[in-house]
Amino acid sequence: MLHDALIGPFTEFEFMRRALAAVIALALAGAPIGVFLMLRRMSLVGDAMAHAILPGAAVGFLLSGLNLFAMTAGGLIAGFAVAILAGVVARSTGLKEDASLATFYLASLALGVTIVSIKGTNIDLLHVLFGNILAMDDQTLLVVAFNATITLLVLAVIYRPLVIESVDPLFLRTVSRAGGPAHLAFLALVVINLVNGFQALGTLLAVGLMILPAGIARFWSRDLTAMICIAVVAAAVSGYAGLVLSFQTRVPSGPAIILVATVLYIVSVLFGRIGGIVRQLFPGRHLEA
Amino acid sequence: MAALHFHNVTLGYDRHPAVHHLNGEITRGALVAVIGPNGAGKSTLLRGIVGILKPLDGSIHLGGLDSRDIAYLPQSAEIDRSFPISVFDFVGTGLWRGAGLFGGIGKAARERILRAIASVGLNGFENRPIGTLSGGQMQRVLFARVLLQDASLIVLDEPFNAIDSKTTADLLALVKRWHAEGRTVLAALHDMEMVRNHFSETLVLARGPVAWGPTAEVLTPENLIVAMRMCEAFDDTAAACAADDIGSRAA
Repeated sequence: MLHDALIGPFTEFEFMRRALAAVIALALAGAPIGVFLMLRRMSLVGDAMAHAILPGAAVGFLLSGLNLFAMTAGGLIAGFAVAILAGVVARSTGLKEDASLATFYLASLALGVTIVSIKGTNIDLLHVLFGNILAMDDQTLLVVAFNATITLLVLAVIYRPLVIESVDPLFLRTVSRAGGPAHLAFLALVVINLVNGFQALGTLLAVGLMILPAGIARFWSRDLTAMICIAVVAAAVSGYAGLVLSFQTRVPSGPAIILVATVLYIVSVLFGRIGGIVRQLFPGRHLEA
Repeated sequence: MAALHFHNVTLGYDRHPAVHHLNGEITRGALVAVIGPNGAGKSTLLRGIVGILKPLDGSIHLGGLDSRDIAYLPQSAEIDRSFPISVFDFVGTGLWRGAGLFGGIGKAARERILRAIASVGLNGFENRPIGTLSGGQMQRVLFARVLLQDASLIVLDEPFNAIDSKTTADLLALVKRWHAEGRTVLAALHDMEMVRNHFSETLVLARGPVAWGPTAEVLTPENLIVAMRMCEAFDDTAAACAADDIGSRAA
């Protein structure tokens, strides 16, 4: 019975297996990026960036219909353009990164909605906005897995400067010029993973599988490596449980995944070892030293 | 041998000078205090030396040093103390010059990190997240990192601000050790007593140099009064500096 509910859908249906493979790839790559977004106080930057992808995806859609590959390419180009322009403007002027990004993503979002409304139906638009992880074809799954691999490789290369830049940017500036490139590479990874998530969850929820697991991890560890591992596990569990939930009920897959992650998040806020609410209310007797 | 050579250096922000027409040099191995009132340009000068602020005019020669041979301890480090990193890892970033992007931190390097942490009196703190440290402990951590950087020029911007006397004494001993090892040390300071007792050379700065030389000769009440009288405010309508033209023509 339990076997039927939890494992059955995946042994029985190929689209469920594809979907599971996709969410695990998303979890492996997206969650570490989400941890860095959170630690660099850029959680909402990720959200803004997700909107910035829209015009590129819309152009891809206009040119080749509902072809995920074309939409991914378009999304990548638009996302990179906005990320790099915003990064360059922030670094070459006194403007803070968030302010410069806000300008670019608003312009990008307006452009995207304009393009979609010129051509295309509301159903197409819904697909773009909320994605459909159950409709993965081989090609799309390969793109997702490829992007996830690239993400982990690049993250390994920029890990050290990225950590130092997060904790003490001025120090990194005095010892190395790697800070700027590492930051731009990181923004690029954010875009890649948003595009990735956007296949499965749509532009509106793509950032969810990055930020929510990071928030969960924050409540369970003070160590960066452990946080990344916890975030990956939380994202994978949310993805799996969300798929099961979506299969057994009529909840659409994308929202189901994010809702499961939200439940995990609430549990962490309440019972987390580091700064959880229950822990704060009942901290135990103070220590001797 | 000059470790640092200032040639008509003007440093500032938005074309307004904060350090004006500074000439002179600092010999290798010198222990120099930079003093002056708030807004005198001490921090600006140090930022110029380490290369994070480009001079508006003139130039600073590092005497063959790479900018990576400089260890810089800023006044208010923009450190994100909430970032989950341990004291050990944080101090370890001081090895960047040797380790770079991918270099491994081997057994010898680990030993060095532990020794650096021990020499600032923080044994047992290795695994503590930096967010749990007090202000004085954090300053000790920053000194440990400077120690690891093994730099021939060390630039400290008000390193003893808001630090108790015990910690100050410990860290000052470290500064003197660096001096004894032949490193060039520059420190912006406010404590005149400390400058008089421990620093051989002093630069009194009040946007322009007021006096520069052996501490005993420079640290006089007259010079300090001149420095205190310095006007802090920028003049928004100030014209382009005429002395610049003279300077460039002379050069």
